[in-house]
Amino acid sequence: MTLNPAPVDTPGLRRKFIVTSMLAAAVFLILALRLWHLQVLGVEHYRDLSERNRIRYLSIEPPRGSMFDRNGLLLIDNRPSFTISALRQEVGEREPLFAKLATLVEVSPDVLEERWRRLQHLPRYRSLPLVEDVDREVMERVQEHGVDLPGILVEVKPLRSYPFGDAAAHLIGYLGEITEEELHSADFSGSRSGDMVGKTGLERLFDGHLRGAAGQKRIEVNVRGKEMRQVTIREPLPGDRVYLTIDAGLQQAAEQALGEQAGAVVALDVHSGEVRAFVSRPSFDPALFARGIESDEWRALLDDPRTPLSNRVLRGQYPPGSTFKMVVALAALESGRVTPQTTHQCTGSMKLSQSYEYRCWKKEGHGTVDLHRALRESCDVWFYRVGLDIGIERIADAARRLGLGRPLGFPFGGERAGLIPDRAWKRQRFGTSWYDGETVIAAIGQGYILTTPLQLAAMTAAIANGGTVWQPQVVSRVENLAGETVWSSRPEALVTSDWEPSHLQAVRRAMQAVIQEPGGTAWRSQIKGLPYAGKTGTAQVVRLKDDDEPADSGEIPYRFRDHALFVAYAPADRPELAVAVIVEHGGSGSAAAAPMARMMLENYFGRQAREAAVDAPLPSGEQ
Amino acid sequence: MFDRRLVTHFDWSYLLLVVLVATIGIVNLYSATSSWTSAPPPVYLKQIYWLGFGLLLVAVMALFDYRHLEYFGFPLYLVNVLLLLAVLLVGKTSMGATRWISFAGFNVQPSELMKIIMIIALARYFSERGHLHGFSLRELLIPGLILGVPALLIMKQPDLGTALLVLFIGASMALFCGIRRSALIVLGLSAFGAAVGGWFLLHDYQKRRIMTFLNPENDPLGAGYHIIQSKIAVGSGGLSGLGFMQGTQSQLSFLPERHTDFAFSVFAEEWGLLGCLLLLALYLLIVLWGLHIALRASDRFGMFLALGVSAMLFWHIVVNLGMVIGLLPVVGVPLPLFSYGGTSMITTMAGIGLLLNVSMRRFMF
Repeated sequence: MTLNPAPVDTPGLRRKFIVTSMLAAAVFLILALRLWHLQVLGVEHYRDLSERNRIRYLSIEPPRGSMFDRNGLLLIDNRPSFTISALRQEVGEREPLFAKLATLVEVSPDVLEERWRRLQHLPRYRSLPLVEDVDREVMERVQEHGVDLPGILVEVKPLRSYPFGDAAAHLIGYLGEITEEELHSADFSGSRSGDMVGKTGLERLFDGHLRGAAGQKRIEVNVRGKEMRQVTIREPLPGDRVYLTIDAGLQQAAEQALGEQAGAVVALDVHSGEVRAFVSRPSFDPALFARGIESDEWRALLDDPRTPLSNRVLRGQYPPGSTFKMVVALAALESGRVTPQTTHQCTGSMKLSQSYEYRCWKKEGHGTVDLHRALRESCDVWFYRVGLDIGIERIADAARRLGLGRPLGFPFGGERAGLIPDRAWKRQRFGTSWYDGETVIAAIGQGYILTTPLQLAAMTAAIANGGTVWQPQVVSRVENLAGETVWSSRPEALVTSDWEPSHLQAVRRAMQAVIQEPGGTAWRSQIKGLPYAGKTGTAQVVRLKDDDEPADSGEIPYRFRDHALFVAYAPADRPELAVAVIVEHGGSGSAAAAPMARMMLENYFGRQAREAAVDAPLPSGEQ
Repeated sequence: MFDRRLVTHFDWSYLLLVVLVATIGIVNLYSATSSWTSAPPPVYLKQIYWLGFGLLLVAVMALFDYRHLEYFGFPLYLVNVLLLLAVLLVGKTSMGATRWISFAGFNVQPSELMKIIMIIALARYFSERGHLHGFSLRELLIPGLILGVPALLIMKQPDLGTALLVLFIGASMALFCGIRRSALIVLGLSAFGAAVGGWFLLHDYQKRRIMTFLNPENDPLGAGYHIIQSKIAVGSGGLSGLGFMQGTQSQLSFLPERHTDFAFSVFAEEWGLLGCLLLLALYLLIVLWGLHIALRASDRFGMFLALGVSAMLFWHIVVNLGMVIGLLPVVGVPLPLFSYGGTSMITTMAGIGLLLNVSMRRFMF
């Protein structure tokens, strides 16, 4: 090249090119230094940002354990639900975001903001559920607009579902977000802030079994928040299955029988104390709680004068009325002072003194009455006289032997004890002695006496089974995922009374007559082909003035109307099921309560008969 | 007409260097767009077609004697200015800017063409009017007009990136040619004044880009998004990179425009500082080699031609990389041979063709 130099290649120009090349190289050096700055000095910072850009750690909520009735029928289940949640670290400015989201979900932005604030206590890795259980249409709308909603995602969560609606709601219980206090208690160890846990009922009692264990997933998302890859780090473990002693068919029949009326129904297996039906009405919708109850909904339930949240089966204390007469009859026979043949004259009332007269419900009187008739026709006068004869202590003793006046050890507790008064109690409570007049009204289950529906059912079962009061059971067993039984109930006898069999027999025959014989107070509730035994009761809420004619119940204000009661066991000869029905302010036991028991027994035993009649086993779905 | 010496003097190694960088670019595009499910053919394949077309263009641009261009320089320039005017009048609008006109079934982007034509026109001008003491202000009037008119027309489209590049290319050539110190000072001051005044001529989105460049965190999901995401991608590459196809930011689409203007971010994330330095060295080699060709050119026209093309490549590379690594505002300049796109490939290969043309005719008078 030197031999043939280009004309422009002069030393001056060459220097110019060298300078130019060096300038270019210098600029490239700046680029290289910047790259070194970003990629070597900044690598940790940027990798950290990059992780945050693309990875979300989300917990996978486990499906809560299902509950089944005694026949394996699904009572409480879970269904997938769509929840609109927010990821705090990805949410920028909330106001425009919530405004946009609010129009898509059709709620007020204030509601979203309120939820956001209220959920701030949740741990950082948890998404904040802003709107729970939205329908598919809303979910799709939100997903469609995902680009405009940074930090908002749709989560699929298992949500408690209730195929039987509010049936047995008080037994099952409801869910709620775990409180700070509960978080620190041993009952809820393993739960984390934000979890839904059992608050009442079986949901609470078996929470540890039902809860399951949350899983975790790592989601790689692209810039639009679209999932690109999902890595499950830990699968969620569904909760254990809880098998109840409840009979779903009977439960439903009982719910329907009581309908809109306030009251309680309990059905017990006579030989084990297993609860077959557990109804407290009015009820509440547990589904409201499952998705997180709103404060106004909660307020409405609390303020409802009909107290839908109260568990009447365990906590409702009612005068037993005439259903208490079996207790008095048994006490009388055991005392030896009264035999089944002992008779008294009923003239429609009994005078204790000049000023105190106690009326029989039948104004014109029953005439000559023995124990059988007295129970069958519920003659008050016979019991007044027998009660006076044997005294309150014997009555109270018999009541206690039948499980009254004490909690029965119901699995999740919260029971009221009821009240069986005696002299000692009176002295302690009022500092006064016991009066005969109080014995008289105690003999027909009025006065101080209070019982819970559960106690009445247990009492009836004890009469039916020979005197054993069983601790009530509602769960027969709990099964884990592998199908192993991890918990099972043990029937426990609270009282094994050695009643003289002939005394029990006399009372049982009379109870049978209540249904089966003409003149029995519940003979209109007979079931063809199923002889059973029972006793009606009508408990006075307030004492109407003596000289008042019992007014037509339609004219008495609701809150002053009598409670209607009925207890029964069936079948009469080989008892299986004991039932107690209480209809608050329902009027008379024979008109209001007995037909309900009849509906239940028809359902329960009618089904049994149908199943027995078919040789080949029915498909298991047939209930 | 055909001279055997053309083959022997043809700078095969330079072409090889260019093809090497383009190949790396295509491999990178393959990774950048692998998660796409768009209709075939895939982007990297289309880029291969463009490269093939580019190589044909190199052959075309190298075959004729560049010295013929001396006579066509000004007419070509005038036609191009008219085309730019036509764009403003009848151009096709896409994404808020009007840059294209349809011409016999083809979409032509006169602003891209202007880069090459400008080089030819200025090479013609400066080759004749070299000055020992450099240009005075008055003497700079004509090259200033040659440069300024199309730059303004392009800025009007609006296409700030291309306008600036055209200005940079022209200014580089003028500076090389020589400018008097007094003129430089006046030009520097007036450039500053123009920058301040020009601020008010800028479109809102252009202002926003510059503002966000100065402080990207102000608007992380808006205008600052590109810069932040690009820096994250580049930075997380580290020393040795995350590996081919392993760059999460690009694979998960956090990186915007990762197949065009931000293709280098993908490369940086996956190949790390070591890969980047290698690529940077290759680009520097392309530029310095171009300057070397200019130095060895057989005449002043060829020298300025090669110098202009080198400047064009240099500024494209520097502005793009500067933007991607957060040193310069986002102005939408593609990285030659690396960013996907036929336009960029054609401009680059036309320039390369001219360089090779000058190179292979350095011994011919």
